[in-house]
Amino acid sequence: MTATRTAATSGISRAWRSAYMRYLVEPYLYVGPAVAMIALVMLVPLVIGISYSFQSITLLKPFETGWIGLENYATLWRDAKFWLALENTFWWTLSSLTFQFALGLGLALLLNTQFYGKRLFQALVFLPWAVPTFLSALTWAWLFNPVIGPLPHWMAALGILSEPYNILGDPDLAMWGPVAANVWFGVPFFAITLLAALQSIPGELYEAAEIDGASAWQVFTKITLPFLAPMIAITVMLRTIWIANFADLIFVMTGGGPANATQILSTYVFTTAFRKLDFGYASAIAVALLGLLMVYAVLLLAIRRRFVKI
Amino acid sequence: MSAIRRPSPVLTFGKYAALAFYLIFALFPLYWLVKISITPDQLVFTEGTALWPSETTLGNFRTVIFHTDFLAYFGNSLIVSLGTAAATTLIAAGAGYAFSRFNFGGKRVIIALMLVTQMFPLLMIIAPIYKIVAAMGLLNSLTSLIVVYTAFNVPFATFLMQSFFDGIPKDLEEAAMMDGCTRFQALRKVIFPLTLPGLGATLGFVFTAAWSELLFALMLISRNEAMTFPVGLLTFVSKFSVDWGQMMAAGVLALIPSCLFFIFIQRYLVQGLTSGAVKG
Repeated sequence: MTATRTAATSGISRAWRSAYMRYLVEPYLYVGPAVAMIALVMLVPLVIGISYSFQSITLLKPFETGWIGLENYATLWRDAKFWLALENTFWWTLSSLTFQFALGLGLALLLNTQFYGKRLFQALVFLPWAVPTFLSALTWAWLFNPVIGPLPHWMAALGILSEPYNILGDPDLAMWGPVAANVWFGVPFFAITLLAALQSIPGELYEAAEIDGASAWQVFTKITLPFLAPMIAITVMLRTIWIANFADLIFVMTGGGPANATQILSTYVFTTAFRKLDFGYASAIAVALLGLLMVYAVLLLAIRRRFVKI
Repeated sequence: MSAIRRPSPVLTFGKYAALAFYLIFALFPLYWLVKISITPDQLVFTEGTALWPSETTLGNFRTVIFHTDFLAYFGNSLIVSLGTAAATTLIAAGAGYAFSRFNFGGKRVIIALMLVTQMFPLLMIIAPIYKIVAAMGLLNSLTSLIVVYTAFNVPFATFLMQSFFDGIPKDLEEAAMMDGCTRFQALRKVIFPLTLPGLGATLGFVFTAAWSELLFALMLISRNEAMTFPVGLLTFVSKFSVDWGQMMAAGVLALIPSCLFFIFIQRYLVQGLTSGAVKG
């Protein structure tokens, strides 16, 4: 009698212990390293970075280090270069996004049809995505160089340029260089995302439309687009933030020049930190960029909640 | 009235014209890179803009490999990228598994934090990271790059791994645990073999991301011996900006590992990304 009771209680406690292990401790063992990594390398530096924006930290002037309140932000407010970079960020993001989206949607629609050699075609047109960004930037910078690149000569032949010169050196046109590289690099991402959404549209809808005698345009605007809309909204929002933060292409192709014509906020952050070693001011610009992106995200989510009812 | 609508010839022509456009748009820049890399130096200035050079050579590749430091940069990048890919995949597999199989306190907070890391400007932390790494005396070390890159890639890799784990029925490991395996044994013996494609895709994705990272490497590495490929190439470009053939030959070399990984992962990536994105 006693023996069975001990066995039973120890059974319960063992079951309890294993349940305890299984549900209370175990998940944290699996997720712990990831959380530790992100907290230590991203979140803690993020807080430190925000605190830098209230300090004077220039590696070249080690004796002028200290808390200076809002002085960096006051400088920022008066900094014509900052406002120019803000305006450029807007154009850079809008033009990149528009072309990436239009071409990506076109590619997704094509890949959603049947044709001979589709698998190979898909692998080849997605290839730009695999090209390291610094190399995309260099390749496009070289394509725009009249000595070794064909583009200036083609543009001159088409009458876009009066003579073949490097548009990356022309303040009025320079931004199109990095935008071209960004579009080339970003089309596959949009195509993949939109293709997945296209493939999730039930085929019966198209069959029904066909029976009802709908035209191709009607099918596209009444079935395809409404089904894609939620996916488009999410993708466009995430991409906008990503592109606004994306400094590599511009930094490599023009370094923000000529005369700051291609300087966007993220390249301004990087050049201030990397070339001037002015960490305080760089952090203030970065905080301003973060604030703007947060306002944008909140606005977009509010608009989405208002118009898209799911 | 025909039940099957046959596409009009205009539409068919339009479709193939569009296919040709995309193909040329995607491949032309890479074609040009390869073309200049095999053009002999003395012909670059006269035939630089011709579609194909009258003579070709592998001399640029020979120079780049044997007479510059690119082989060392290549090696450094390989160490950093492989190290990052291995560490990230291991960490992300754990977190992805936890997200897929457990409900635990703080799960939503952790997921939200991971999403936040995907959205804030990474350049915000470039100054603090520099100071911290410098204070630890780890500037110019490949280890610091591996740690930093691993943290950057863990969130996305976790979501990728979670979508792969979600695709494996829970019953499988529950059955194994019924039969007396611990969860970890079930994970190792039953689930691990099934996630191999997912692990491969994650490895490939992270490798490619680490291979192309430039700005943090520029900030943290200044000694020639420790330079990764992007930093080395950019330094070379700013120093020898007229050696077009050599620069492009180096570019072609940088392209090789990414393309190899891409061919391997592209099948899984499309399915992994899309299943994750649809849910997201």
